[in-house]
Amino acid sequence: MYGWGIIKTLAMTLAHFVMTYVGAAPKRGAARKRGGASDGQGTPSRGVFTIQYPSERLDLPENYRNLPFFVIDAKTAQLRCTACGICAQICPVQCIWIERAKEPETGRPRRYPVSYFLDVSLCMSCGFCAEFCPFDAIKMDHDFEIASYRRLGFMSAKDLARPESYDAEIHPSDYARQTESARQTESARRTEDGQQTEPQPADSTSPGTA
Amino acid sequence: MADTINGMPVEVWEKLQARFPGALHPAQPPERGDAEGYPQGGEHRMTRSVSRSVLQNRPRYEGVLVHSRHLLDVMRFLRDELGYVMLSSLTAVDYPEAVGQLPPHIDVVYHLFRLEGGGYVVLHVHTAREGAILPSLTPEFAAANLQEREVWDMFGVRFDGHPDLRRLLMWEGFDGFPLRKDWREAYFEEEHKPFRSRFPEGGSPLYAEERTPYHANVRYSREFAEHNLHVDEDFSEADALLYERMLSADRDTDKPLKTEEMILNMGPHHPSTHGVFRMAVRLDGETVRHLEPVFGYLHRCHEKIGERNTWLQNIPYTDRLDYINGMTNNLAYCLAMEKLLGWEVPERAEYIRVIMAELSRVVNHVLAAGFFSNEIGMYFTGSLYALEERELVLDLFEAAAGGRMMFNYMRPGGIARDLPEGWIERARALVRGRLPKKVKQMQSFLLDNEIVRARSVNVGMLSAHDAIASGVSGPVLRACGVRYDIRRAEPYGIYDRFAFDVVTREHGDAFDRVALRFDEVWESLRILEQALDAIPEGPIQSHRLSPKMLIPPGETYARIEAPKGELGFYLVSDGGANPYRYHIRATSLLNLTPLSALTRGVKIADVVSILGSIDLTMGEVDR
Amino acid sequence: MARQSQAGSVSRLPEVPPELQSSVNLTTLDQVYAWARKRSLWPMLFGLACCAFEMIATAASRYDTARFGMEIMRASPRQADLLIVNGTVTKKMAPLLVRLYNQIAEPKYVIAMGACAISGGPFKEGYNVVSGVDRLIPVDVYIPGCPPRPEALIHGILTLDARFDHESIRDIRAFQTGEDKGIPEPALGPDLLNWRDLEGLVGPPEEKR
Repeated sequence: MYGWGIIKTLAMTLAHFVMTYVGAAPKRGAARKRGGASDGQGTPSRGVFTIQYPSERLDLPENYRNLPFFVIDAKTAQLRCTACGICAQICPVQCIWIERAKEPETGRPRRYPVSYFLDVSLCMSCGFCAEFCPFDAIKMDHDFEIASYRRLGFMSAKDLARPESYDAEIHPSDYARQTESARQTESARRTEDGQQTEPQPADSTSPGTA
Repeated sequence: MADTINGMPVEVWEKLQARFPGALHPAQPPERGDAEGYPQGGEHRMTRSVSRSVLQNRPRYEGVLVHSRHLLDVMRFLRDELGYVMLSSLTAVDYPEAVGQLPPHIDVVYHLFRLEGGGYVVLHVHTAREGAILPSLTPEFAAANLQEREVWDMFGVRFDGHPDLRRLLMWEGFDGFPLRKDWREAYFEEEHKPFRSRFPEGGSPLYAEERTPYHANVRYSREFAEHNLHVDEDFSEADALLYERMLSADRDTDKPLKTEEMILNMGPHHPSTHGVFRMAVRLDGETVRHLEPVFGYLHRCHEKIGERNTWLQNIPYTDRLDYINGMTNNLAYCLAMEKLLGWEVPERAEYIRVIMAELSRVVNHVLAAGFFSNEIGMYFTGSLYALEERELVLDLFEAAAGGRMMFNYMRPGGIARDLPEGWIERARALVRGRLPKKVKQMQSFLLDNEIVRARSVNVGMLSAHDAIASGVSGPVLRACGVRYDIRRAEPYGIYDRFAFDVVTREHGDAFDRVALRFDEVWESLRILEQALDAIPEGPIQSHRLSPKMLIPPGETYARIEAPKGELGFYLVSDGGANPYRYHIRATSLLNLTPLSALTRGVKIADVVSILGSIDLTMGEVDR
Repeated sequence: MARQSQAGSVSRLPEVPPELQSSVNLTTLDQVYAWARKRSLWPMLFGLACCAFEMIATAASRYDTARFGMEIMRASPRQADLLIVNGTVTKKMAPLLVRLYNQIAEPKYVIAMGACAISGGPFKEGYNVVSGVDRLIPVDVYIPGCPPRPEALIHGILTLDARFDHESIRDIRAFQTGEDKGIPEPALGPDLLNWRDLEGLVGPPEEKR
């Protein structure tokens, strides 16, 4: 029958509308889980699909990345960055600027940056810096509420620094892996020789082709 | 494919030799090391030394070197006698300095494929950099049309006999040919990344425009500035050539009734052109007399930037090509790099790649159908249903790769990170539980609807012959009845392990193109079910990557069946940390080649229907 | 939060006696104006690049900008108040972008969404890319990210909303006397000729550095 397809289509939109009222109503103010069973975000297509942001949020996956941040080590209360420059080299948009510290007399490089700038308005959130950093000094942040009235240009590492506990909170499994490997290298070093006077985190990993 | 010379079958090489004695030379010596295959005689002595020097300086190069005067004959022979009907990719490489004994030249590269049987034929044609000119293939090979225009635009190679040699991506009057190696942009900073200013002396960050001010590289004459600023003009001079072409092309002079025609610009800002695509349409009443697509409003200089980046740095850039299918773009580029490197990929990574690529295909096809309904006037409802499913697939992508659209997930030799806990179960629930139901709903929602049928059946008919000749690929090609899918014709990764059908439709109209996408979704869901069940545990990366990895010299062309069609990466490495040439064979651009012919004589309202059924992404069209 | 703390900072209203509070409501024109603006901000259906898809996702079911009075996206600039620049602005597109901006009726607002719109982003170095849309038109809110999540775009829109509260009707350009000429369109020549870069750009050709 001509027109049957149109009637079916209309019935479908109506059914779609009705189904949003079937199923559990989402709790206000709570973070909604993805892949949940009954709240519209999962396999059964019931319930309200709309997330009432900002009063309600979707949980963010651990891997989610927006802009980088710098980890302040809990032990030393310093940035972990050793100015090896790998992040500045791998950065596809070249938005990382590092000046490496030097010994004033000899001019030999030291293991911390004099200045570290990152242009957050240029960053393409690719996550290469965090992926290739051998010292776990740079991580990708989950915070996306960063709209501003002016262009955020260069920000220094100190502006973008977050405590280690924040990293542990947003990247739990990655953090567990990190502490585990740190523990292993530590114990490996102890068995090798107890001569090490200056504890340097993850010194055994070479900075690659820096 | 054991019996190949420079990547092409031996029999093809022998037939070519027999037909064109002395005109062709391998771009490298055959692996078997016999020199008998080399021609003798007068004319080719010069070219022989040329090919020798190519061998000496460019190891692992593919294909044959053809003299430009034989190009058309060789192409015809390959197409008509040997069945190489698909001119897949046409691009150029600039060598501004002498390579061995070769003078500075531009190397124009043609990649041809057969409908059956693997292996490709690569033709290299050299031309001088000054006054570069080659015979045009466009009159006989429609697929060359846009690609030759692009080579003219980017390299300044004139194609003699091309009917409409205008710039493709930049505007008329733009200064220079950007992809030539010695051309520099206004804010030029350094030849290659990483830039030296960033580390270890990056103490005082400066934007490039402050360090190399604009006016240091670009100057205007005073007359030009005064003439062009603060004037109200209906169109700029950059468009003059376009309108000239519009008015002159296929004029129907013996119309019984004299009517006035008008030129209407659809786009670049238009709700149904998928972004910033522009079509200049010459209308006679409501009938389209001539349609000329205008490109370049999203030309982001992908290839120039790609040649400055290191190999790895290009991966996140490929996400931004066809930004609906970041996963397949990643995959194609990584496959190309793996071909050059000769790396293997661990089993688990192969499975994850297939899963991601097929999920991406599902999203793309559902979304394409949704936007098609939007474009033919159902407004947003169809797209909303499609976007709902997309969100759920993006949740999976985000959990695995970390981004909703920009994944940066694949690496040469594997993938970046393993799947998180519970991912497979979630994916399985979606693929088994929800998607089939929803896709079925959408399918009947769209395809049974009389209004959709009225708007798309018998609209924009493309014949199989025209489709192949104009370089169309993917669902648009298969909707014309051509059973060609790279996943079957030339399986990459582990696609040969899965049971799925290459679906086709017969008519090649807009309706078939949309309907075929739904058929393909079902096949993708079949692959996904198999892959999600069979995925093994194990490593996900075969090599340790270094930020400045080197790739051995050589050239390669790797292609995959992306959701929109054949996506190819043509890479040339000189052994360094950056690609020497980085070319993307853009599916969406090539699928637009027949647009002008398809829309001739249709009503203006059908133009959006045809365009919507072709399914393009501007990021890939313009790059 | 920012909205509440700044509300009422524009002008002080006289106290209403308690017995009249149920029937009398005092407000200022500014507040009514801000209220109306906030609840009927119509964005233009203007897609440039990748971020456009996140904008479409924001308008679709899951994030649904209709909750903020952005009922529908208007394709015509004449019917829109908000230009979300969502993607790379190329030099070829720049004159048209300015023309579209000029065609939007006052009061109009611009959100630069994503790295490309803010600064050129990953394609900044490209020869056909404008390093930030604020070189062409004034921008009210910047949303970094590549691309920003739909939530981030909503946050940007709410940030823009917060601005309305301390925007006085007296300062709105639409209600000023005098002719509004709009922004001169850049021209396409050997390269993009932008009116802001004019100084130092025009003159006899110099040797390329």
